[in-house]
Order: sequence, then structure tokens, then C-alpha cells
Amino acid sequence: MKKRTNIRMSGLGGQGVVTSAHVLAMAANKDGKFSISNPFFGAEKRMAPAESYCRIGIERIYDRGELVFPDVIVVYHPQVITLQKSYTAPFYSGIKKEGVVIINSNADLLNAEDKEMLASLNVSVYTFDATAIALEVAGTELASNMALIGAIAGITKVVTLEGLDLAIQDRFGKKYVASGGTATLDEAIKKKFAKKEQLLKKNMDTIRKSYETASVWAEEHKLVAA
Amino acid sequence: MANELSEAQRSLIGTKNKKGQVYTDPYYLFNEAPRTTAFYTGSEVIKEAIRRASVDVMVAYPITPQSEAAALIGELYAEGYVADYMRGESEFAVMSQCAGAAFGGARVFTTTAGPGTMRAFENFPMWVGSRLPIQMIVTCRGINSPLSIQPDTLEMYFLLGTGMLIWHAETAQDFYDWILKAYIVAEQPDVHLPIAVCCDGFFVTHTKDTVSLTPPDMCLPPYDPYRSPVPCMDMEVPPVRMMRDPFVMKSNYISYLTHASWQEETRAACERSRKHTIPMIDGLIETENTDADILIVASGTAVSQGREAIRILEDEGIRCGLVKVKVLRPFPLEELREATKNAKYIFVPEFNVIGWLAQELKAALPDNHRIIDGPHVAGGMTMPAEVVVEEIKKTLGMTVATLAGRGS
Repeated sequence: MKKRTNIRMSGLGGQGVVTSAHVLAMAANKDGKFSISNPFFGAEKRMAPAESYCRIGIERIYDRGELVFPDVIVVYHPQVITLQKSYTAPFYSGIKKEGVVIINSNADLLNAEDKEMLASLNVSVYTFDATAIALEVAGTELASNMALIGAIAGITKVVTLEGLDLAIQDRFGKKYVASGGTATLDEAIKKKFAKKEQLLKKNMDTIRKSYETASVWAEEHKLVAA
Repeated sequence: MANELSEAQRSLIGTKNKKGQVYTDPYYLFNEAPRTTAFYTGSEVIKEAIRRASVDVMVAYPITPQSEAAALIGELYAEGYVADYMRGESEFAVMSQCAGAAFGGARVFTTTAGPGTMRAFENFPMWVGSRLPIQMIVTCRGINSPLSIQPDTLEMYFLLGTGMLIWHAETAQDFYDWILKAYIVAEQPDVHLPIAVCCDGFFVTHTKDTVSLTPPDMCLPPYDPYRSPVPCMDMEVPPVRMMRDPFVMKSNYISYLTHASWQEETRAACERSRKHTIPMIDGLIETENTDADILIVASGTAVSQGREAIRILEDEGIRCGLVKVKVLRPFPLEELREATKNAKYIFVPEFNVIGWLAQELKAALPDNHRIIDGPHVAGGMTMPAEVVVEEIKKTLGMTVATLAGRGS
């Protein structure tokens, strides 16, 4: 495996961007790898730009803060690109050569200049409708972040499904410490399901479905696993 | 071990508190007790340290990025691990209430950050002059306009002159261990001073990282207020006597004399903390490869970014050493002179606009033209390891590819 995989997640407040990085880092931790996750946002509010970063590797990680040179960029919402709700312009600035961009959208959002730039760096772009998978499998768009986690894992293989399962149980299976905004959203998603076990299962089903689809795409595009 | 307990504290070792935690000898707790690893945010780590710290009073006030930790200590209070907990009406009130609780003989804890720390400032030199061993966690964030909630270590610069003990943690692990150890050092009768245990907010508080924790059923022995070198709340002797009825109202001569001797004494007490701190946290500084021509000297997260930069430089065949400054007050003057004696270039990466650590080093080290104060980031910006590498290579006259990063 690569020494280090740096993942930058750009989305909007309320989408679970911070939660995603924590779950992914926790999964790596459960897999026995080194990992660190941290968020980056302004005052907490819905629809404002929010980012989080997850670093996973095979040696101890010291690096902290905003990820300026990522291997993987994940776009949680079309507005990150269309309204530039990102901490950079363009949203992919700093991406490393041979990197991967994952976009949650049902439409192609990149213009000719973007495509040319990304192609010159040999960056692969995977655009898919994570929200549609979330609605189909979990019955709520609130699980879109789970579909995106599945895609990250499916393409990069940076964490295993077993690790993700344990991480999901850790995050949603017990009392969790969070800020007021996050706690409110946690309550909202819990109300969507009759039982906690059902929430855990639906989250995992969403991850698994997205993981499988993304794995097939990665094989077709001959991407080297992280 | 230099950090002795009082007779009263020793007599409690092995007995249990009302939560069933065993008062444990600090040496055993820190060095020999079994540890378990957890994957926690820095805020959760603060909670776990305080669970084991036998804290009597916590005063809280919300400000990012310490709010989560402050709220979590509230949960500890609800669970019965902290004897008393209240929310102050402002940061100034918080620090004044901390003083009141400490005057009354309590072990006191509070958390603060950025503009809140600045608002409370009048209290810090007062805590020092009153010899109150309060522990204050500073989760550094931007203080200047325009607003930033991200890490910037400017408030530490202002704290340097207060007379408080100041430690700067790099990681959540440092934070966990140092919160517990800080009480033992700060409460020694020959020290007995407030201590600021600082970290860079978000990079530590909101980052999930692996930490190794001591058992939850073992805790520090409680504070013994009779170890104070000044009487508790006695209105007729210093320091309270001085505040109630300042000498300056009587005679400038007496006032000057009192100030001169007492300020010298509080500074001397800070220096005396060395002998307790050095064995406790294994030295005021930590060094790696100080025989190299190039050195990075840093504190807090800048150390971590320096470690990553050293890895990149190694891959390119450039050898670079590291000095982690753990303690700012007392200032590790001799240790730094020794650690930097071979260096031809001393780089000081910092998360603030003024470069206060570089200023301190320039005043302390011989041949200070060796000191390159940078790179700097400010207002909550990240300092990628690549930027540290670029600064070093540029200074050495090597060619560097332009970084096509953010903001460029």
C-alpha cells in the first residue's frame, strides 16, 4: 500500500462531511492502520462550506490541518463546484498527480478547462449520484455521506468493509459527543429509523452498495489501489 | 522523585473517592499503571484527563474551539467526577471565579481560547501574584479581526509575560499526560503558580488521534491547600493584604520594595518549577539529530509539521534535526543553547504572524543570524510540510518548484 493517502472532503454544513472523515479514520484505525481526521469550517451553519480531512497511512502521521495537497478529493454537493462553496478555486487545486476526484452529482459539472487540467495531471474523475443511492437503499438523503464513504473505499481500498462496519457501530451505536448542530442532525437521522440496529444496517448497506459500484468502476479504469 | 506529596496527600493513597476511584501515587499513575489505547478527539482526551485529576471546581464559558471540552467537563460534573461546575457570565468573570475558588483551597480547572483569553487577561498576573495553582487549558485560535476560529498561537505570546508556567502540547497524547502532570508541578510549595497548558485548537481538539490512557478507576490525590506558600484568604498578610489595602496608598518606598521582592519571588518560583518539570515530562525540550547542520526548532503543531518536513527532506538526501520546545515558561535557555550549538541554520516555523518563538530564540542564542524566523502562517492557515521544505531549500540556495497549492 501507499505510504500515505490524503483525502479532502468538501461539502456543505449538515451533509455529514465531518462525520465522514471521522468514520473513515476510525475504520482505518480498526484495520490497524495509522489515521488522523480533522474538520475545517467557519461558524456552524447549514449550507455553508464545510471541509474535513482524513489521512491514512502505514507509518505514524504527524501532519495536521487543512489538506493542501490531497490524493483524493470528494465533492459532497454540486454547489461546491457550481457556486464555488469551497475553500479554494477551483475545488481541485493542489490535487496530486494520479489523484482521484469523486463527485456526488447526477450531472457532469466540469467544464472543458477543468477536464483538461485534471487530465494533464492524470487525475481520474468518478461522478455518481450518491444521494440517489442513499434514497434507494437507506430511504433518506441523510445517508448520502455513507454512499460517498463507500465510493472512497471502493476506489482506493484504503479501508476495508469490515473496518467500516466497526467504525459505523462506534459512531452511531453508542452515545456520541458532538456539537449542538451535529447532535440535532444525529437525532434527525435516528428518528428516520425505528431501531438503532436498523440505522446501523441501512448505513452499512448504503456503504456496501456504493463500494461495489465504485470498485467495478475502478477496475474498469485500471486504478491502482491505495 | 522530586515531586513529593504532603503527608495529608500520602495518607490518602490507596483509598477511594466517592466515585470508587483509587487515589494513586502520581509516579505509579504516570509511569507504571497499565494503559489502554483509544481513538479520540482532543476534546474527549481533555475530559478523560480531568476524570482522573480530582478537580474540585471547573468554571466554563463557551468559545470555539474549547466549547466541546468545557461541555464535556459538565458531563463529568453530572456524573460526580468534578465537585463543582458553573458557567461564568463572561471570560473575565470565569477567571475571577477561578481565583476565588483557588483562594478557597480548591483544585481549579478551566478552558479558554483566543479572544476569550484576551478578555480575561487582567486575572492572569493576579493569579501569579496570588500564587494560585489554577490549571488553564488554552486551545489557541485567532484573536485579531478579521475573525478566525482556526488555530493561531498569538494568545500564547501575550501569556509569556504574565509569570504563569506555560507548556505547549504537540499532540492529544501530550495533552492527556500533561494535564495530569501539570497539577503535580504547579502545586509544589516552592512553585505554587498557575499553569497554562496550551495546544493548537482544532489540530488537537477536533482531530481524532490515537491516545493511550491510564485506568479510569485511578486518580490523582486531591489538592492539599495547606501546601500553599501563602496563607489561604488571610486578609492581613500578603498577597491578599496587598490587594485589600495597597501599599502604594501609604508609601511609594514600601510599595516598590514589596513589588520588587514579590515579583522577583514569583519569577523565581517559575524557575524553580524546572526541577519538578524535567523529571515529570522528560525535559523542557525534546531533541532529534541535533548534530545536523540544519535544525527545526518549534512548539505545538509546528513540531508535527516539522517532523513531516524532515521526512520529505530525508527522501531528498537532506539531513535536518529537530528541537521540540515543550515548555516556554520557564524558558529552556541552557537546553536550547546546548541543542543548537552545532546548527548552521535554525528554522522556526510558527502559527502566528509575529514569530514570537523566533524572537525568544534570537534573544537567547549566540550567533542569532543563524535563526530564520519562518515559515509563518496566521489567522488559522495550515502550514503544509511542503511549505517548510520550500523555506529551508530556498534559504540553502536550492531550486524549488513553485507550489501549485491553495491560494496560488
